[in-house]
Order: sequence, then C-alpha cells, then structure tokens
Amino acid sequence: MDERGDVVELRSSPLDVAAAVAAVGDADGGAIAMFLGATRQETREDGRKLLGLEYEAYCEMAEAQMRRLAEEARRRWPICRLVMLHRIGRVEVGQPSVLIAVSTPHRAQGFEACRFLIDQLKSEATIWKKEIWGDGSSTWVGMVRD
Amino acid sequence: MKVRLRMFAILRERSGVSEMELELAEGATVADAIEEVGKRFASVSGLLPRTSATVNLEFTKPGVRLDDGDELALIPPVSGGCGG
Repeated sequence: MDERGDVVELRSSPLDVAAAVAAVGDADGGAIAMFLGATRQETREDGRKLLGLEYEAYCEMAEAQMRRLAEEARRRWPICRLVMLHRIGRVEVGQPSVLIAVSTPHRAQGFEACRFLIDQLKSEATIWKKEIWGDGSSTWVGMVRD
Repeated sequence: MKVRLRMFAILRERSGVSEMELELAEGATVADAIEEVGKRFASVSGLLPRTSATVNLEFTKPGVRLDDGDELALIPPVSGGCGG
C-alpha cells in the first residue's frame, strides 16, 4: 500500500472482493466502481473443457506498469482510492483473475477509470496465461487471441 | 561482458530456463543477444521473431547496446490477463 492508500499488486492467493471494496472506501467517494475479470468456461470443438488458467508474470515489471497506470488514471480522474490486483498462479474457472476498484466523487468518473485501467492492463502488462485443459493439454495464449 | 537473461511463459517453458547469465562480446546489442539465445536454445528460435525485449524493465529496440550487468528479458506476446 502506498501513502495514498492505493493497493497495486500481483497476488498468488485468491482475490478478496470484500476487502477491496473496504480498501477503496473514502468519505469523498460517492461512487465505488469495480471491474472483476474471471476465468470463463470454454469447450473446444474437439470436446476439451477448460479447467483453469495458469498466470505467470515478469513481476517487477508488471507491478511497475500497474503503478504507472494507476498514476495515469489519477491524472485523468479525481480518484479517491484505488485497488488494482492481478492473480498469478492457477485460477480455476469462475474464479477472479483481475480486480480493479476505484472510489470517485461521482459514478461516471469511476466507470471511465475502471475501463481505462483494465483495457491498458490487458494490453500492456507483462503477464501471460496458459490454458489448462481437461485432457491434460495446455496452451500459452498470446494477446492476438484474447 | 555478462548480462542477466530472463525468459517467461512459452519461452521459459520451451528453453527450460527462467534466468541465466549470458556472456556477450563488448558492445553487443539486444539483437546480438537474441541471436545468441536462438543459437543456444533451438527450441525457442522460431518464437524469437515475435518476441520483444526489455532492458532493466523498459522496452527496448534491437539496435540498443547492452552494458555489463544489464537485465535483459525476452517478452513473448503478452496475453490479456483475464476474461470479461
């Protein structure tokens, strides 16, 4: 956590939604907006079912990128408090892999900031995912197939 | 000179190496280092044309010269981190 109370981290443990909502609570924050990205179930044409995703990051770099994005969002919107978390390691279908929460005076600012942060995070951050399939196979996913 | 090489995701898995010291000639560029990686690890050479590189946590270009002690990371195409 930095001096403003922002929490920007990669986590190897499950993301705690209630703790994130509590962390962005602020007397000036009339709106709390959150984006949660979760592992989506998928079945391939050959019948293979997705069990989960395995995330790997260049941690020092990804966290630095995330902090820069948080700074950029703070320049654009009047953010009171901000939480940006991304999982590393195994994430089962249905479980969250990324969480972004911001408190702002009004809701439009919060929706816009969340949208900006998730879009930039997905396109820039040095975080990779591997699909783990029910038949034991696995595939690394590049950004073009996202 | 020596640089610290780091590889991630498919590059790490195919090469079997996440981190190593790479000995290079003085004045070697990022492109020279990548070529050396391709020679040492035939299993990843096909991926290297689509791989970006960072030096000391910043994205860099092939022509940039490396210095002793630099951390060079090979970055396969980055996946979007989530569903949604």
